[in-house]
Amino acid sequence: MCRNAARLLLLLLLFAVPTLLIAQNSSSQPATQGQVAALQQAVQNAQTSADNAWMLVSAALVLLMTGPGLALFYGGLVRRKNILGTMMQSFAMMCLVTILWPIVGYSLAFGHGNAFIGGFEHVFLRNVSLVADPQNFYAPTIPERTYMIYQLMFAIITPALITGAFAERMKFSAMALFLSLWSLLVYSPMAHMVWGVGGLLNANGGRIPSLDFAGGTVVHITSGVSALVTALYLGKRIGYPHTKMAPHSLVLSFIGACLLWVGWFGFNAGSALNSGPLATSAFINTHFATAAAALGWTIFEWLHNGKPTALGAISGAVAGLVAITPASGFVQPMAALAIGLIAGFVCSFMVFKVKSMFGYDDSLDAFGVHGAGGTVGALLTGVFATQLINPAFGKGVATGGMDGHWRQILNQAAGVAIAWVISIVGTLVLLFIVDKVIGLRLNAEDENEGLDLSQHGEEGYDFNT
Amino acid sequence: MVKIEAVLQPSKLDAVKDALLEAGIEGMTILEARGHGRQKGHTEFYRGREYTVDLLPKVKIEMVVPDAMQEKAIQAITSAARTGRIGDGKIFLSRIDEAIRIRNDERGETAL
Repeated sequence: MCRNAARLLLLLLLFAVPTLLIAQNSSSQPATQGQVAALQQAVQNAQTSADNAWMLVSAALVLLMTGPGLALFYGGLVRRKNILGTMMQSFAMMCLVTILWPIVGYSLAFGHGNAFIGGFEHVFLRNVSLVADPQNFYAPTIPERTYMIYQLMFAIITPALITGAFAERMKFSAMALFLSLWSLLVYSPMAHMVWGVGGLLNANGGRIPSLDFAGGTVVHITSGVSALVTALYLGKRIGYPHTKMAPHSLVLSFIGACLLWVGWFGFNAGSALNSGPLATSAFINTHFATAAAALGWTIFEWLHNGKPTALGAISGAVAGLVAITPASGFVQPMAALAIGLIAGFVCSFMVFKVKSMFGYDDSLDAFGVHGAGGTVGALLTGVFATQLINPAFGKGVATGGMDGHWRQILNQAAGVAIAWVISIVGTLVLLFIVDKVIGLRLNAEDENEGLDLSQHGEEGYDFNT
Repeated sequence: MVKIEAVLQPSKLDAVKDALLEAGIEGMTILEARGHGRQKGHTEFYRGREYTVDLLPKVKIEMVVPDAMQEKAIQAITSAARTGRIGDGKIFLSRIDEAIRIRNDERGETAL
């Protein structure tokens, strides 16, 4: 009797278990689909959280590069009577470009337009969403508004770099007007061509796909070449080159240079637009190239002048940062060392030899470092780019020289050439207009008195109180 | 009353001050100056450009002492400041017409 009961129980169990299981499945199928969708959304949200956090930090780091990084770097390099005026030029860009960007600058750079310039669909930040959209052309995992604010910091620092060329001799009003117009008429178009949807030089679908990860052409060549044009147009400072016009505080410049180095991690690694392995590559490359370039410049100077100077070391570091900018998200770390070393030598040669050969007064070497470094970096990007770091043209498609795709160097050269041309033409036109309307240069009395007193009615330092 | 002006190397200031105090001279004025005698300057490099700097940092001590203290003061300065090399500095003497203590209108050597 017990054995029969046990057999019955076992039989019941054998039937019960599958029945229970099936019953559970059939009653929860719609719920499972819903759960999966919710899970997918949660994964997307997590991705967005990580990427957005990094991007916001990066944006802050890039702003730090201008204020106080560049302000201190340039400020320390000028004579004491011009310290405040020089810092004000960077600060003014932080304020002016920030106003212009949401109104129309961002739209001209990143709106849909043609191959050369964007449109007006995003004026006043219309349709620039706070919600991440996987279909977004620029950044699928972060809100486009994050992309907008990140790009704003680039738009701020680019004109600020130019101020180095006309240091100590341009009117504040003229500088504000000239650089505001420059931002809209030179920067936004160049940014559109390289990064904007449908841009001529865009690696993603452009007619001449060129590789510019974080702005070697958009930021450094444009600012560097425009700087040269401005220096030539304005003429030399009174007393140049026989009067001693040495930095009044290399201490400030040193601090500024280090802020630039650290801030540049946001500039380059942030250009990955996510917090994944590409950001890691760009971060590493940035750091490696900078160190190598500082060494390159220092060695050149030690051989050339007999002593390694602090100014040389920090200038070399900046040259490396500039040169690695277009390459940072495309090359292997060892290539970054090579790029930095080459940039250190080339830029120091430009500053020591070429500048005195031609006699132009590029006061703070904006062209020698940014123009030359950006050109070198953009071309070397074509040499060293590899799909192993960034399959920019598609999975399995060669990216640059290291993959055997040496023709990329030609595309890089095209991007460089276009940057040079738009900078020269755009800058000349704007300088001419602003000069006619309000006059660019300080008069001799104001230039001798210094920017601080003549333009701002202030003194940078007061050692008497 | 004699005014003693001494142009010195900045690194010698502390030694000279101590020597003067030991000699019994307490009042003095110290100025930061730049200048050179036969001393050559130095070269500096900025971004590849070479500059010769010939205005060198100096320290100037001024004091007014009674005539009787003149040689003691000079002795104190020279023994503390001398290194034997070019750039040690110079001492100048001049006559002073009057000295007045602002606190209480005292005049003459007692005002020193």
